[in-house]
Parts: sequence; structure tokens; C-alpha cells
Amino acid sequence: MIRYLARKLLIYLVTFFVAVTIDWAIPRSMPGNPIEQLLARMHAQPESQRVLTSYYSKAFGFDVPLWKQYLNFWVALFHGDLGVSIANFPTPVWELIRGAFPYTLALLVPAILLSFWAGNKVGALAARRKGLDNTVLPVSYVLTATPQMWLGIMLAWVFAITLGYFPVSGAYGLTLQPAWSFGFVGSFLHHWVLPFLALFLVSFGGWAIGMRNMIIYELEADYSNYLAALGAPTKLVRKYAYRNALLPQITGLALALGAVVAGAIVVEIVFSYPGLGTLTLNALQNRDYFLIQGIFLFLIMGVLIANLVIDIAYVFIDPRTRVGMQGGS
Amino acid sequence: MAVSKQRVGMAPAGAPLAAEAPTPLAPAGAPPAVGRKGRSEFVYFAFRNWKFVFGLCVVLGFLALAIFGPMFTAHKPLDFAGPTDARPSHAYWFGTTSYGQDVYSQFVYGLRSAFLVGAVGGGIAWLLGAGIGFTAGYRSGWLDDVLSMLTNVVLVIPTLAILIIVAAYLHVHSYATEAILVGLTSWPWAARAVRAQTFSLKTRDFVDIARLSGRKTRQIIVTEIAPNMSSYLLMMFILLFGGAILIGASLDFLGLGPATSVSLGLMMNNAYAASALLLGSWWWFLPPGIGIIGIVGAFYVMNVGLDEIFNPKLREL
Amino acid sequence: MSLRVDDLTVYYQSLRGDVKAVDGATFEIADGEIMGLAGESGCGKSTLGKSLIRFDTRMRYVRGSVELDGKELPVWDDARMNPFRFQEVSLIPQYALSALNPTRRIGKMAVELLKSRGVEIDTVMPEFKRRLKLVGLPQDILERFPIELSGGMKQRVVMVLSSVLDPSLLVADEVTSALDVSTQRAVAELLVEFRDRGFVKSMIVITHDLSVLYQVADSILVMYAGKLAEKATADTIVRDSRHPYTRLLLSSLPEVGVRFAERRLKGIPGRPPSLLAPPTGCRFKARCPFATEKCDEQPPFCVLEPGHEAACWNVEAA
Repeated sequence: MIRYLARKLLIYLVTFFVAVTIDWAIPRSMPGNPIEQLLARMHAQPESQRVLTSYYSKAFGFDVPLWKQYLNFWVALFHGDLGVSIANFPTPVWELIRGAFPYTLALLVPAILLSFWAGNKVGALAARRKGLDNTVLPVSYVLTATPQMWLGIMLAWVFAITLGYFPVSGAYGLTLQPAWSFGFVGSFLHHWVLPFLALFLVSFGGWAIGMRNMIIYELEADYSNYLAALGAPTKLVRKYAYRNALLPQITGLALALGAVVAGAIVVEIVFSYPGLGTLTLNALQNRDYFLIQGIFLFLIMGVLIANLVIDIAYVFIDPRTRVGMQGGS
Repeated sequence: MAVSKQRVGMAPAGAPLAAEAPTPLAPAGAPPAVGRKGRSEFVYFAFRNWKFVFGLCVVLGFLALAIFGPMFTAHKPLDFAGPTDARPSHAYWFGTTSYGQDVYSQFVYGLRSAFLVGAVGGGIAWLLGAGIGFTAGYRSGWLDDVLSMLTNVVLVIPTLAILIIVAAYLHVHSYATEAILVGLTSWPWAARAVRAQTFSLKTRDFVDIARLSGRKTRQIIVTEIAPNMSSYLLMMFILLFGGAILIGASLDFLGLGPATSVSLGLMMNNAYAASALLLGSWWWFLPPGIGIIGIVGAFYVMNVGLDEIFNPKLREL
Repeated sequence: MSLRVDDLTVYYQSLRGDVKAVDGATFEIADGEIMGLAGESGCGKSTLGKSLIRFDTRMRYVRGSVELDGKELPVWDDARMNPFRFQEVSLIPQYALSALNPTRRIGKMAVELLKSRGVEIDTVMPEFKRRLKLVGLPQDILERFPIELSGGMKQRVVMVLSSVLDPSLLVADEVTSALDVSTQRAVAELLVEFRDRGFVKSMIVITHDLSVLYQVADSILVMYAGKLAEKATADTIVRDSRHPYTRLLLSSLPEVGVRFAERRLKGIPGRPPSLLAPPTGCRFKARCPFATEKCDEQPPFCVLEPGHEAACWNVEAA
């Protein structure tokens, strides 16, 4: 078990290192000077430009040699300092992220967990009932092929604009302030439903298909046939099949995280949901490089941590890992 | 999965299709019959499988639309063509945008970009994935360790995050560039799947026999292993194709794709930015999604059909 | 009489029609008898064995009856067969090496299986452990996962588990085929021991290996292309078989200690007929050196002497 987790941890550390390096290196290897571009947008006078250039060079750390910039980057990172936003100067990047992050989390976590649970359950059911299978399969295929932002747009159009059941933007009513009050929570949930559904439905489709195929495969396995030959009730056979089919699904959960995060970003944009997605869009439109970098790093760290959590959970679910063997793949 | 795969594993963008692609996670069935008999057997079963036929027809239909549609449009996609926000009519089949552009024309040009990104992006990812995965699986040893580490690292990094960073700085100018970027980031799951499949094939008896009879490594690869993986590789390519389209659409939606031409994702972006939602111009944002769902969904269905064709155990009685 | 099978006919459904895997099998097994079921691959012996306990999804019951200890065994009815499975009829499957759930410890899986069959755990488990010890498995095996065991160990676990409820009939399907020669002997001897100790009453041992059957079986039933060819005591089969197929089969076996300088091992030229559209009459006639025109009519499986039956028009000539 320790070896299994240690190996995973090593991969994540290397990944983190590579990601941070990429994050640091790319802006500096791209054509163009971010300070110049910033000043160009400011339409500053030539003299002010000179002063501002040296000021920004210092502020953004461009005045030291490259290798030192790299080291400083790491040092700052460990202090939780992700730099300062260009567009929202002088707000630190971390502060912007911290404000947006909870909203993204509020969408992501329920969407991931619920779609995984519901998708697997429905997939398993479809595997044994032909009638259900004939509806679940085509629907799930359509859902997995659906781009999340388009689903968001369609949901918004049907349920918010046309039918008016739900609001179309924001995380809560315009007149409200975040607080732990019934009014706020109610409004929050009201605004939350559609973006959540856009994420949930697409992921649900994928899990349902995956689980259905895995269950069929497990039900045909030798151990299932043996149990049936010895007269075991279908309930026991299905229980074993479900448990075994869940293992690769959990591995798949780790792989799917990237896709769900990408989905959350675009869905948030559609609904102007004040999470990391909208923040990213603003950063891109404003060419706010440091904010983009900061969000990138934050996402990477989040995904890495989530992967680690899933790996730990896997250890508990696949008993073979505890005995020192690599279970599953 | 489980291609049963071992049904191939998964992770095209959009959703994990764990048992969609043949993967080590889902064991592959016995290697399909190969050779002259194999090819005619494939044709026999292929066109009897309605999922494969249906999927193929839909894809070909969209492809035809993508190739020939733009030749017959009255207006160029970005030109001012007529009244703004016009509903679908005889003159404008899909209506017009808030800038007076012909939506239908944008749609068929957008289909072209979709297929381009899918083919090139999927193709690059396929080459990388198959190449790296196969080398890692066949050679083992330190080469395997290095390649596996590389695969795992690129795998964990969220694709869109990398693409955002790169595209934000690189200012993508053409769909080919976008496709290359997409291809360079979506190969890891394919590499993993191919590696596992290679492992399992490598230990099969017929490879040992070939080795014992003194065949060279390359010969073994070409004559013994590759044919048995060919079905697997085909299905993987289809999944990568579909996945590339989806990722490309997300990039375009974020405004990171080329700005001078049209894509389905960009259509959605423009529609959203121009408040088409509030205006109720459904003809603007509905078609691009339908196009993507149509192509990608048809690919997935085709894949299910291919799985049944290649794996005799799955064939319906 | 322990087992009585009458005209059992089981076909496989396939895209191109019915594969006539088992056609009109009629035989009896006495209490305490170990009957070997031998034949080439694809002759239907596995199908016959499987049909006595559980039909595959593609197997189709056509006709025939099975009687165990005087009671009818409703092999064609999956639901009604269930009470018999494990308790009266049990199976050591061909895939025994992968028959155990890979993610469950062996002890836990056994307990869950037994409980689900409504068996008293407190009485059966100690017996189960005792028998595991008897076959030479360590006590801690119940705590292990299947992946930790060798092939031979897994085989023995499955053997013990399948017979733990003392079934009247145990079908052992190719239990020695995947093992090396010395383990084969050990496993074969175990089978006999199970019967001697009364763990099982009668046994059907399915294999293509006649030499194993000679060591283990009391009687041998030879099948060819879905039909029964010959049945007699093991001794009679080996020394005085009458069916041309059996004789050719035996002569293609190498003998220990015998060397031939000029002769070669005789195989049986030709291949078994397709079971989709088997030839009318005797199915062996295409490869039989004694075939005559009479063989176009299916020879009945009839008694030559008490305890010796064969299906051939030319039993005198062979």
C-alpha cells in the first residue's frame, strides 16, 4: 500500500514541478513583452512609460536574471503568493482566486459525485434490463457527445428564458449579499440548478455507458459463471460484479477530472457564474497574464490533490492494494 | 474500453468512457481473425451491424455537408448578408446572426473546421499515443519507465488548462495550429491503453513462437502484434477524433481559437456574447451544438458497432 | 442407480443454425462410480457435463431426461434446478483457475456463497477447513486473495469448495488439463480420495486424456461428434475396446517403455465433422477404416455384454 501511494505521490510531485515550470516559462518565451502590452493599453505618455516600465519590471520581478526569476517564483509560490493581477492592479491574484473558487467548487463537487453515483447505478441497472438498456444507451451516448457549454446554453434558453423557472446568470440575486440566511441560500440554490445540471448530465452519460459495459463484462467473467453454477442467487453475483466493475470506474474518475474542470469553466461562462471560469474569461480578455498563470497553477494543484484523494480512496476499495499487489490495472 | 476493454479505457474529453475504448481496464477479447479471411469477415459483419452503419452514415452525411456545403452557400460566413437576427426562412435557412451573417453558411464552414481539428488533432494524438504506448509496452525496462512517467505527467495536467495557457500566449492563427495543440495534449490515455494492450499481446504464445523462430523484433511487431491491435487502434482513433472536436469546441468557445475563420465553438461564443440567449435567437446557438453532438455521437455509436464486429462474443444472436 | 440420463439432447444456438453438440446421450452411473468422459475437443463432453448442472446462455435443451437418485433433475429449467445445484449436483469448472473472485478473500467468498445458499455456516465451515487441510493447503489460505495462490492451489480450493456440501454427483471438467504431469497425478488421486471418503457419491471426470482416466475412472464413456461411441469399465476400454474410434484413439497413445524404430505414432487421419450439419448415420464413418454402406444408418448405442455398450455396426470386425 505504501509503495503504491508513494509511486503515485512521486508522479504528482514531478507533474507539479513540470506544471510550475511550464507556467513560469511560457509567458517568458512568448513573443511580446507583457509590460509593453500593458502600457500600450494604458496609452501612457513616453516619460510615464519609462517610469512605469521600471516600476512594473520591479513589481513583476523582470529586473533580475532568468534563473533568479525562476527561483523567486518558487519561493513566492510557497508563500502562497501568486503575483499581482495586471488588470485588477493592485489586487493579488490569490485574492481573486479565493473569491471565485468556492463557487466553482459548489458546482464541481456535487456534479462529480452525483454524476458518478447516479451514472454507475443507472448503468448497472441498464446492464441487466434490456428495456431500460434500450433507452439508457442512446440517451447516454448523446449526453457524452454533448459539449457542456452548449447544454448550458440550451438549458438556459429553455428553462430560464423561455419558461422562466430559473435565473440565467449569477450565483445569487443581484440585491443579495453572501450570508448564511435562508434568503441567500435559497437564491443561491435557485441560481445553482441549471449550471449544475449542465455539468451533471454530460458526466452522467459517460459513467452510465462505462458502468453498463463493465458490468456486462464482469457478469460474463469466470467467477460469475462459477457462482451461478453453484446456484448462488443473482443478487450475490451482481454484488460481486458491481464491486469489481467499480474499480476501473474509480480509476477513470481520476482521469476524468480534467474534463469536468474544463466543463465547469465553460459552463460558468455561459451563466456568468462568479467562479474560476468567469475569472478565466476576464483574465483572457484583459490579457491579465498573471491571473491566467495563477488560475492555471491553482487548477493543477486542485486536480493533483483530487487525484491523490482518489488514489487513497482506491486503496480502501480494492483490497488487493493493501496486500501489496497492484490491483486493477 | 470494456473495445472491450478490455474494452478500451477512456477519457476522451467530455466524459470518461471507461468501458468505451478498449483498455487494459477492460480486457480485450481474443485477438480477432486477421488476414485475408479476416478482412472479408470484417466486411461481412460490418455492414450487418446497424450501429456501425448508422454511425458511419451520419458521419459521412456531415462530412459531405462540410465538404460541399461551403461550395454552394450564397454568402461567405463572416460577410454581412442581410437583416440582423432574422429567423430561419427560405432565404436564410438557419436565419442570421446579430451581425447579419448567414448562420447556415457559418454552420457548414464550421463543420469543416470541426472535421479538420478532429482529424488532425485526433491523428496527432493517435500517432503519439500509439507510438509512445507501443514502445513503452514492448520495450519495457527504463524506456518504459521514462515514457510512463511522461504519460502520467501529461495525463494528470488538465488539458484545457494547458491549452488556455499556450493558446493565450500563442495567439492561434489557424485551425491546423489549434489541432496540433489539441493533439499534443490528448494522447496520454491512448498511450496508456496501447501500452497495456501491447503488454498483454506481448506475452501471448504466438509472439514467443515468433521470437523463438528467430524473427527480428520489427518483423514480429509488424506481422504478429500490429494486426491484432489494428481493430483496437482503429477504435481509439475514432474516440480521439471525437474528443478532439469537443476540446477544440471548448477552446473556440473561450475565444482562444482563430478569429478569422468560423468554427462551431466560435459560433456559440459569438451567440453568447451577443446575448442571443436573451434575444431568443435559438437558430444561432442551436445548430452548432447539434452539429457537434451529431458528429461525435455518431462516432461513438460507430465505435460500439466496431466493438461488436471485432469481438465475436458481443455479436447479437 | 445414482444417475440416469436418457436421450439427452442439447444444441448450441449460433448465427448459422443449431450446433448439435450432444445428440441422444443415454447412460447410467451407479452409486460411488467414477465415470470418465473422454473424447476429442469439440466432441460434446464438456457440453454434456455442463448440461447436467447449468445451461450456458447459448445452450438449448431439445429433449431427454435426467434422473438423480430416483428424482427428476429438471436441467432445462434454470429456476427449478437451483436447489439442486451445489447440494446435489456440483461442478469443478474448466476455468477453475479463474473461478474465484479476484477481489475477495477466499474465506470471505466461501462464507458469502454458503450463506446465500442457506447453509449453516457453523457446521459447514469447520468441515471446509478440515478438507482444505486434507488436500494439503495451509490454514491461512482463507485469508488470501486468489492472486496469491499458484494454479495448483487454486485448483484444489475449487475442488474442495465445490464438494463441500457432499453432492451426489460431481462433474469435474478438464481438471487436469492445465496442470503439469506430477500435479495431474496428485489432483487425479485427490478425486478418487474424495469419492473414497464419501465426500461425493459419484463423479463424472471429463477429459481428453485417456491415460488419466485409466488411473482414476471405474468406467469410461467415449464420445465422438456429439454422440456416444462406447462405454465400458476402464479395464475393458483399454484392453478390449470394440468401437473403431476408441481403438484408434488408444493406438495413438504412446506407451511407456516401448520404442519403435520403424513405426510412427498413428493418429487418426481426418477431422471431426461439423456439428452444424452432421452427416446422417454414423458420424465417424468418414474416418473409419471399417466403414461400410450400413454405416449410413445411425448405429444404436447397444449392449455388447453386460457393462459394455457401443454404437457401431462393425463391433465384430474391430
